[in-house]
Amino acid sequence: MSLRDVINKLLGRQPSSATTARERLQLVLAHDRSDLNPELLEQMRMEILEVVSRYVEIDLDEGDVTLETEDRVTALVANLPIKGLRLKKPETARVSTAS
Amino acid sequence: MSSTQTRYILICSGKGGVGKTTLTANLGIALARQGERTAVIDADFGLRNLDLLLGLENRIIYNAQDVLAETCRLEQALVRHKQEPNLALLPAGSSRMLEWFTPDDMVKIVGLLGDRFNYVLIDCPAGIESGFRNAMAAAREAIVVTTPEVSAVRDADRVIGLLQSEGIKPVQLVLNRVRPKMIASQEMLGIDDVTDILALPLLGLVLEDEQVIVSTNRGEPLTLNGSGSPAAKAYNNVARRLRGEDVPLIDPAREGSGLRAKLGRLMQTKIF
Repeated sequence: MSLRDVINKLLGRQPSSATTARERLQLVLAHDRSDLNPELLEQMRMEILEVVSRYVEIDLDEGDVTLETEDRVTALVANLPIKGLRLKKPETARVSTAS
Repeated sequence: MSSTQTRYILICSGKGGVGKTTLTANLGIALARQGERTAVIDADFGLRNLDLLLGLENRIIYNAQDVLAETCRLEQALVRHKQEPNLALLPAGSSRMLEWFTPDDMVKIVGLLGDRFNYVLIDCPAGIESGFRNAMAAAREAIVVTTPEVSAVRDADRVIGLLQSEGIKPVQLVLNRVRPKMIASQEMLGIDDVTDILALPLLGLVLEDEQVIVSTNRGEPLTLNGSGSPAAKAYNNVARRLRGEDVPLIDPAREGSGLRAKLGRLMQTKIF
């Protein structure tokens, strides 16, 4: 964040358009490069959350799965706050998915 | 001279209108003036314009199509520039060529040029369809032209992905139509923004320059008449860097030395 962005924020103004352009580009390129459309990403997000929630209790509203890109390498980043551990043993969870 | 020493450089952008053909014309003249035997080939058969920017549109008799069909020899199709005889244009054929032209045809044509020239610049059509694939087939390295605008950067990114998957390297970036004042007020993507996003080495930085329009009106590339305009300097520097010279890039933030420019720099300071 640059000095101008801080001043803009303090004055309640929009961020500079270059900052907006950079953020929009980073997002759209992450999708372009991975060739994943938003629906697929959303489906993958739901499935990841489902798998993880079998093992630990996670905050579904706070949970976030996004694509980030740096140096032409795209990474899938999952940020899933854990509320607590499931009492169920992981083994039983795994058996139930195999059926 | 063996053709393995010849450099086959694709000039592409994905998006149209960002300055591919202008760069090809100016870079071709600049390389020729620096003593390199240079050929420029218009690979945009549908909407050719390289002849017009070079001021050679009235001197075309044969074209790439005639060379392939062997109705003329390569020397007959090549149009030498009168003021800069080191430069020759191989004109594109008619748009009907789009129906049958293949990447192999491009390799054949460009291969013929390799015997006579040190540099072969291939002016690529916009888009990433068959025209782009044809143009890419004969290239060993590439220059991607873009402007600091979201659509141009996005399209450049697609093209870079395709070039890399074809194993073409080096791929270098020319950032065109840069407006230092707008960058200073953060209303235009900065140089680092674009190079970070595209992750390419920067080969050149061309400032927005009205003289480019004047020169295209006349069909005389800026590099032809020793113009000292900002864009002419930039194109000459791109040619020198291509030839291996170490020429420092201009810093657009240093372009203004007044209080306004200094304030602009202060405002760009990254805090966190």
